Amino acid sequence: MTGWIDAVIQGVLLGGLYALFAAGLSLMFGVMRLVNLAHGDLIVLAAFAILAVATKLGLDPFVAVLVATPILFVLGFALQHVLLNRTLGRDLLPPLLVTFGLSIIIQNGLLQTFSADSQRLRSGPIETASIPLGGGIAVGVVPLLTMLSAIAVIVLLNFIFYRTPVGRAFRATSDDLEVAQLMGVDHRRIFAVAMGLAFVVIGIAALYLGLRANFDPTIGPARLLYAFEAVIIGGLGSFWGTLAGGIVLGLAQTIGARIDPEWQILAGHLAFLAVLVVRPRGLFPRAQD
Amino acid sequence: MALLETHNLTAFYGDFQALYGIDTTLEKGETIAIIGANGAGKSTFLKSIAGLIHGSADSVLLDGNPIGARPAAEIVKLGIALVPEGRRLFPSLTVEENLLIGGYGRKTSGPWTLDRVQALFPILKERRSSATPTLSGGQQQMVAIGRALMSNPCILLCDEISLGLAPIVIADIYAALPRIKAEGTSVVLVEQDVVQAMKVADRVYCFQEGRLSLTGRPRDLTRDQIHRAYFGT
Amino acid sequence: MDDSAAKPAQTFRIETAGGAPRIAASIAVLIVLVLALLPMVASRTLVQDFIFLFYMLALAQCWNLLAGYAGLISVGQQAFVGLGGYLLFALTLIGGLNPLLAILLAGVISALCALPTALIVFRLRGAYFAIGTWVVAEVYRLVFAQIKPLGGGTGTSLTSSVTSSVPGIEQVRALLDVRTPAARDIVSYWVALTLVVATLAAVYFILRSRRGLALGAIRDQEAAAAGLGVDIYRIKLAVYVATAAMTGMIGALIYLQKARISPDAAFSVLDWTAYVIFIVVIGGIGTMEGPVIGAVVFYLMQRYLADFGAWYLILLGTLGILIMLFAPRGLWGLILNWRDVTIFPIGDG
Ligand SMILES: Nc1ncnc2c1ncn2[C@@H]1O[C@H](COP(=O)(O)OP(=O)(O)OP(=O)(O)O)[C@@H](O)[C@H]1O
Ligand SMILES: [Mg+2]
Repeated sequence: MTGWIDAVIQGVLLGGLYALFAAGLSLMFGVMRLVNLAHGDLIVLAAFAILAVATKLGLDPFVAVLVATPILFVLGFALQHVLLNRTLGRDLLPPLLVTFGLSIIIQNGLLQTFSADSQRLRSGPIETASIPLGGGIAVGVVPLLTMLSAIAVIVLLNFIFYRTPVGRAFRATSDDLEVAQLMGVDHRRIFAVAMGLAFVVIGIAALYLGLRANFDPTIGPARLLYAFEAVIIGGLGSFWGTLAGGIVLGLAQTIGARIDPEWQILAGHLAFLAVLVVRPRGLFPRAQD
Repeated sequence: MALLETHNLTAFYGDFQALYGIDTTLEKGETIAIIGANGAGKSTFLKSIAGLIHGSADSVLLDGNPIGARPAAEIVKLGIALVPEGRRLFPSLTVEENLLIGGYGRKTSGPWTLDRVQALFPILKERRSSATPTLSGGQQQMVAIGRALMSNPCILLCDEISLGLAPIVIADIYAALPRIKAEGTSVVLVEQDVVQAMKVADRVYCFQEGRLSLTGRPRDLTRDQIHRAYFGT
Repeated sequence: MDDSAAKPAQTFRIETAGGAPRIAASIAVLIVLVLALLPMVASRTLVQDFIFLFYMLALAQCWNLLAGYAGLISVGQQAFVGLGGYLLFALTLIGGLNPLLAILLAGVISALCALPTALIVFRLRGAYFAIGTWVVAEVYRLVFAQIKPLGGGTGTSLTSSVTSSVPGIEQVRALLDVRTPAARDIVSYWVALTLVVATLAAVYFILRSRRGLALGAIRDQEAAAAGLGVDIYRIKLAVYVATAAMTGMIGALIYLQKARISPDAAFSVLDWTAYVIFIVVIGGIGTMEGPVIGAVVFYLMQRYLADFGAWYLILLGTLGILIMLFAPRGLWGLILNWRDVTIFPIGDG
């Protein structure tokens, strides 16, 4: 019985990580209807960047993320402005294929630079620290921090979206690109800002990815799929829905793993397909499409 | 020099030519009306001025400066605001947010603020947190006009603001026009309702299949002239 | 409007009969004949290279039919390559069937699996469909990794009794006076040639049929096509299932030739989807000629640059992006701009 309770707790907390993966994807789709196939690889890239900064400057990963945040924002802004804005239009193919190409470039660039070896972010005793809940159950501090960070990111994104001028511009652009321009919104800049913001979220996701487990250049696509599944399970257009989607996915994986360790990933995918069959618009649909 | 001039303005949708060499002028403080049958090119004309469709740079002149090639987001900052056909409010923004986003690109201060727009259309204050799809057609039109005013335009382009509204509601909307003009704003009205257009416009332009078919002051034009310019018989 | 939307939406066009279809047909027959006789003189390496070229071309035509014509952008076609491969192993190793029969059956079963798969992934639209197909391919991979009689996660090999039971090997060996492995390759070569010709013919006739013309309508304007009473859903479903069948058969052939299978290789997104997309994009999506050119270019790059490993893949990715941005109709589009030619006249009569 404790095993099962433990699986549920771990699953919920794992959901926090998936919500962090998903928040960036959801943000990009919410503002510019971009489905970014390189999303997972960007998370892995950010993890390597944090690793490099942390080792080169001798910083703790948590500090390294803070250092990296403005850089990430600028990178995202530039990526959107220089490359991805060119792909947006009525046709689905260019953004999909350009980001797919990007995914391959990032994976192999990382392989070339960092080799295929597994890496891990090191942050001292906090990595293994845990809080006992009694009855032989304990929650790790890092998983707990992951969940709290996911919640903080969602609160912050909701604040930006619903309480600030730039958030209004995000929503207006996503509603009606043409009329938004009539309001003086330069959609190319707005898209670039959104991507910059998504990159900051990616950086936070990367921190916890690297603290919780080993990573190597090839694990990006799987993270993309988890992020995507969390977004769809939660229902498009709501950040809180994304958290719920992440939790459902995390639960499915840990419970699957509890039955048979080899079933962990499969169980997550099957939960996603099941939701798709039963509620194709997700658990908490919001957007009109 | 006129405030706004179009010079030999042409417009294309792909291979299809929607406007052929349109010459118009708009003086400061003036109201002109564009009339014409469905598909005559009236909306296309407004979109060309607002920067949603681009022709050659010097086909549109604002204070003598060519603006025909500027993107829409810059045009609004130069003081030209469009109330688009069909209102096109942002469904995921509340009434107040729709008004606020209208002031997004505003550089200079001017007569219009959120308070003044809400004073012009008091219902917009009452319903400021509502989602726009829940408003009546007339209320939605008020949001669309208020949203355009929030950028403090010197030229307001209105595309069929009476479309689909009951006569009494139309009267309400048009009642706001004098108060807008009182701020020195020039207005370009696109109207299918010729009688309404004649009442408020200083001058009228009639379009027919992308060409200018008639120009003049309302009191100088006969019914028959307008009928012919409108339907081309 | 923003510039990108104002651009004439990408110019995919059905090329209708030009001036020289009959000559083109004769040339095509001639090329097939030459290719059929090639193993008599070619070295074993060349034969193997051509097998690779053939199956990549066949896969590319399938993907092109899906994405370029039906607007179904899938990044999960590796599901059916792997499925076909595993079916071949299951049917021959466990079922004791003749490999050629197993290839045919793999096609049928792939189609049967594609149907329920489609019912699920078709719930996702546009770009989300793409990732959905990828998830499904992962599910297939993870499921086959669980099947212990087929080697589980590490995979398994075909026994030599299976590989040598392909009809014709003995005759080829006697006729051409080569050793058994070479004879095996030659038979595989012919099977691959048959499959690629069959795929090309199938795609060609699908596109020339009334349904095919409807596909053009879907691709150009989905809403307009629906307005014309085209039953988009059923046509898309039919295309999805048909390409799954073809892809499954190609997968079976690939793994008959490789004689060794593992889940990671058989369901590799890089090998069976990324490369294939590269071929279609570089050649020219939405045309039948494009993938042919793309396959040849890819083959040459693979042959001479693959040794550069990661750099090679970075180059492929970069080239793909550049082509997508600056020449979205691919090499064939560039050729068309320069000369007005058509080899596969799809369209009227
Ligand atoms: N986006 C478009 N693409 C192609 N053609 C268009 C487009 N918009 C308008 N047209 C065509 O351009 C012509 C002029 O259209 P426009 O909308 O300017 O007419 P209008 O005078 O505003 O008509 P209405 O009174 O119906 O609003 C019409 O023939 C129309 O079919
Ligand atoms: Mg109009």
